[in-house]
Amino acid sequence: MKINFKVLTVVASITMATFLFSCSSDKKDDGNKGANNEIDTTEQNDDLMNSMNQAKQVFYSLPSPIETAMLIKRAGAKYDESLLNPTTNAPNYMGNKSMALNLGIYSADLSFASLFDQTQTSIKYMSASKTLADNIGILNAISPEIMERLESNINQKDSIIDIISETFMNSNSFLKENDRAEIAAMILVGGWIEGLYIATQIAKMTDSAEELIDRIIDQRLSLGTLIGLLEQYSEDSKDIASVYEELLKLKEIFDKIEVTTSKIEPVTDPVTKVTTLKATEEKAPLDPVVFKALCKTVADYRNGIVK
Amino acid sequence: MKRIIFIALFLSLMTISSISINAQCKNFARKICMLELVPYVHDGMYNAAVLQEGDAVELFKTFYSGQEYRIAICGADELPKVQFQVLDKDRNVLYDNKNNDYARVWDFSMQSSQQLVISIQVQTTDDLSDNIPTGCVAFLIGFMNKEDSFDQF
Repeated sequence: MKINFKVLTVVASITMATFLFSCSSDKKDDGNKGANNEIDTTEQNDDLMNSMNQAKQVFYSLPSPIETAMLIKRAGAKYDESLLNPTTNAPNYMGNKSMALNLGIYSADLSFASLFDQTQTSIKYMSASKTLADNIGILNAISPEIMERLESNINQKDSIIDIISETFMNSNSFLKENDRAEIAAMILVGGWIEGLYIATQIAKMTDSAEELIDRIIDQRLSLGTLIGLLEQYSEDSKDIASVYEELLKLKEIFDKIEVTTSKIEPVTDPVTKVTTLKATEEKAPLDPVVFKALCKTVADYRNGIVK
Repeated sequence: MKRIIFIALFLSLMTISSISINAQCKNFARKICMLELVPYVHDGMYNAAVLQEGDAVELFKTFYSGQEYRIAICGADELPKVQFQVLDKDRNVLYDNKNNDYARVWDFSMQSSQQLVISIQVQTTDDLSDNIPTGCVAFLIGFMNKEDSFDQF
């Protein structure tokens, strides 16, 4: 057979291109594996991270803004729109870092407004989120069809929550599939910091906020996961490195809060078949100085992002 | 030369096939596995991977006290059964779906907030054929939409 050199070149090029694409798509898994050895979090997380070394592939499931908003509401928080980042700020955000962090912040604000039945505010925040998602290049995360569904289901809270969940899934999966996991991580950081900001601000203004403070203290666990996730990108990305440094400052404060938990005992209800993971938890009373420092550090960082 | 072309074409096809499987994986997670979460609300996080028999994955997540959760782990039809275990920080097994006929979902609630590990493994088969089964495994988490105050345990 006579070899046509052009055909061979084309075939070789396709092979190289497809391989390069494939390798970059797989990078996220390698990155996750690399992160296993580098995580520096609470004592509890250290144990967990040691166990990661044995795993072939590791995924982190981070708290979604909608789950955080629900936790805040269930802890007795009242709605206060003045705590949200005004949607009029959306056109001011330029650059991937600013847009990604603020997309996370708007996602949290959207979730918060929706759970408190603030229908018009929810539409406004979905629209602001769409602007930022489009600018980041997340295709169809919030499509015109999703906006229409939101508007036509505006009085059905369950449907709205499902729609918001769907938009998170769209952006999350798009970024992971397109090797932009660091952008996805920054969106999650934005959502997480906004949830913590809203919770700390409300707790600060409330006389009896034990439940809310418990939820705030719980965030030390998610912070450990976020730090671990960012570590894998911090050497290659200045944007991630700066976010990572800010989270380390928060970790220093959270480390001053002492929490111990007993061994977990699973108990299954024979009728409902639902298992309760029973474990007792001991928290030392939260030092007001530590709480004040936490509120200030969170507010300073969040306000720096939204300005 | 003929061999080079053959190898190049073969590798191209394999890679394109792999990309296509990844896209199918997203659809599998959305259209099949998400349904397993009903009536729980999906937390919005997309976690899925293309695995083959014997492969293992671990997922780390914080679960909050007073919340009710459902874990849904779904393997594509072409894969052998998928085992998943829920472990605490010391890797004590809290749940193993192998004891429940490899059930796809597990419902639970937390008395105190904890970070747990979900360890997932595609089982091996005794099939000696050259075709190693490969397919998508999606692992999704939902929570119960409850807006009343937390129950006290």
